[in-house]
Formats: sequence, C-alpha cells, structure tokens
Amino acid sequence: MADTAAKTKDQATAPLPSWPDDVYRILKEAGVKQVAMVPDAGHSRLIRAFDADPETRLVTLTTEEEGVAMLAGAWLGGQRGVLLLQSSGVGNCINMLSLPAICHMPLLMLVTMRGDWGEFNPWQIPMGQGTQASLEAMGVIVTRADTPDDVAPMVWGAANLAFNTWRPAAVLIGQRVLGAKNFKELARK
Amino acid sequence: MTNPNALLHRRDVVNELLRDRGDILVVAGLGAPNWDVSAAGDHANNFPLWGAMGAAAMMGLGLALAQPKRKVLVITGDGEMLMGIGSLATIAVEKPANLTIAVLDNERFGETGMQKTHTASGVDLAGMALAAGIRTSCTVRTMEQVSEIRDLVHQGKGTVFALMKINPEALVFTLPPADGVILTTRFRQSVLGDEALYN
Repeated sequence: MADTAAKTKDQATAPLPSWPDDVYRILKEAGVKQVAMVPDAGHSRLIRAFDADPETRLVTLTTEEEGVAMLAGAWLGGQRGVLLLQSSGVGNCINMLSLPAICHMPLLMLVTMRGDWGEFNPWQIPMGQGTQASLEAMGVIVTRADTPDDVAPMVWGAANLAFNTWRPAAVLIGQRVLGAKNFKELARK
Repeated sequence: MTNPNALLHRRDVVNELLRDRGDILVVAGLGAPNWDVSAAGDHANNFPLWGAMGAAAMMGLGLALAQPKRKVLVITGDGEMLMGIGSLATIAVEKPANLTIAVLDNERFGETGMQKTHTASGVDLAGMALAAGIRTSCTVRTMEQVSEIRDLVHQGKGTVFALMKINPEALVFTLPPADGVILTTRFRQSVLGDEALYN
C-alpha cells in the first residue's frame, strides 16, 4: 500500500507510466482489431502503440457516438474493437448506447476521467461527475481504476466481461492515475 | 422517366439497389428506409435499425472494415444522415473501397409528421460528402442512375455516396424482426457461420 501511494504521489515526476503498455498487450491478447477514438492526453501512449500496429485499424472520430456505431458494425462483421474516449465524450454516446444494450453486443470503452480527483477546470465537473451514472443508466457495466497498478487488471476484467458476456463495459481511468493539469501553472509558462 | 424533374419512388429505388443482391451486406437506417429494405425482402444479411439514429453510416464503416471482401450497402434517410453528419468526414478519411451509402432524401422527417429537414432548405448532402473527400458522390434523379449506383455497390472500387431524391410518400410499413438479439445473431451466423453462436 505504501509503495502504491508513493508511486501515485511521484507520478508527476515519473518519466513514463507502464500501464498503457500493459493495456496495449491486454487488448491485443483480447483480439482487438478496430480502435475508435477521440483523442485524450491520457490515452496518447496507447494511441501511438495502435497507430504503429499494422494489424489494428485506428479510426479517429468526429464525435464519440460514431465509435459506438462503428464497433457495432465491426461486431456484425466478426471483429472486436475498443473505444477510447474522455469522460466528456461519454455524454455524446448516450442514445447510441441503446445499440449494444438492445442487441447484446460487446462494447469495450476505456474512459480517461476529467472533472475528477484534483480537477482545476470547473467546466469539466458536470460531465465528469455524471459519467458513471450516465453509463450505468444505459446498462453499461462500469469499473474504475484509481491507481496505475489497477488499470491493467480492470481493463482485462472489462474486456472479458464485454467479449464473453456480449455486453457493454467501461473502465473509468481516474484523474489520480493520469495526473491533474494545473492551468494556473500552464498559464504562467 | 419521361419527366426529368419527377421524383423517384423510394421502393422502386430500394428494389433496384437490391436487385440480384448476391452476398452484399445491408444496413438500413431507422424509419422508412428500414421498412423499404424489408419490403424488398427480409434477409439475414440485412441489419435494419429500429433506433440509434445517426448510426447507419458508421455501422457500415465498421462492417466494411471487418469484412473487406464483402460489399456493404447502407440505405438510410436524410434526417438520419444529418444526425450522423460527422460520419461523412470519418468515412472519407478511412476510404473503405467496399462501402456505399445511399440516402433516400424525401426532405422530410417522415416518421414524426413529415416536418421538413435541412435538405428541404437547400442543404446538399451529396455536396457535403464530396467536400468531406468522398470523391464518388452524386445526386440521383433517374432510375438509370439508380442502376449505375447498384452496379457500383457490386464493383466495390471505392467509397460511394449517392443522394436519391425521392417522393415524400407515406407507404405501408413492412416490419422486419424487432428484437436486436435476433437481428444480430442471424446476421452474424449468416456472415460468420455457426461459430458465431459460440464464444
């Protein structure tokens, strides 16, 4: 426990967290072939890994609900996918989540949180605080990772849930894992 | 056919698009396009949407990427396409050679009382698709042009966007199965074989 706490405290100075590499490996082992995303800084390392992977199709969306529909189409065609998005994008997906819910299709969503631990920007709060409730209202099974060591096991668990029970599942990757931005510091620079 | 300004009839258009359909895969947008595709004949290789407005084109993209050897035809309405308008940009970037998007444009929200959509006021969906980068993008006003689009679907030589200008007629509903699990399972079983039934 002390070890984990120390890691979390020091992560601002730590050069590169290893969890995105673990997540990449887990998603490859799960057979993910289509990656749909609206970028977020917290996903940048994972996005780079998929971009360099010739076996995976990385698709940039104009809005996150496109990804819900695209991965439903992928499933109809026999491919597995993952949707990478920020918590604000969850709000864009709500009605489209009818699709995996009513069709019993797998949907794996990895959501990097804003409006969460240590948030500086007040405009991120409403959707950030509403993210989990919104997903659960639409029948998505939600788990959270709030330490770097939790991310890989939570993604492994959600991938298994989604692809083995044919349901939508989301992992919320907390801001404590990602590190909170400090805009006052950024503005001074 | 003699009057070049006469609007096409939606079921004539859909019947021609699906003539001798072979093994093409079809996604139908919610509302009248779903009923039109179903009126042409319920089929395991159809995925008719009953909701998720705005999904049709992107479902076509995911399916086309997953099944690059099959031809995918999305048949949807102008209101549904407008709700997913960003999809045109996403699809233009991905350039799937095996995807055709046919929009049945009656310039109306047909299911809700025939209110005008943006296309009734001049918004040009074919122009938007072209500007997004879908190079084969056209407005279709004759059955001869519909036949050409039908042939392009089967050739699969590049992403196609076709805006079909149709009569705003309200026709008898022809309903496919409504249960999403039935539609999903029969489609996957047809495309992927019996192994789709197992984890």
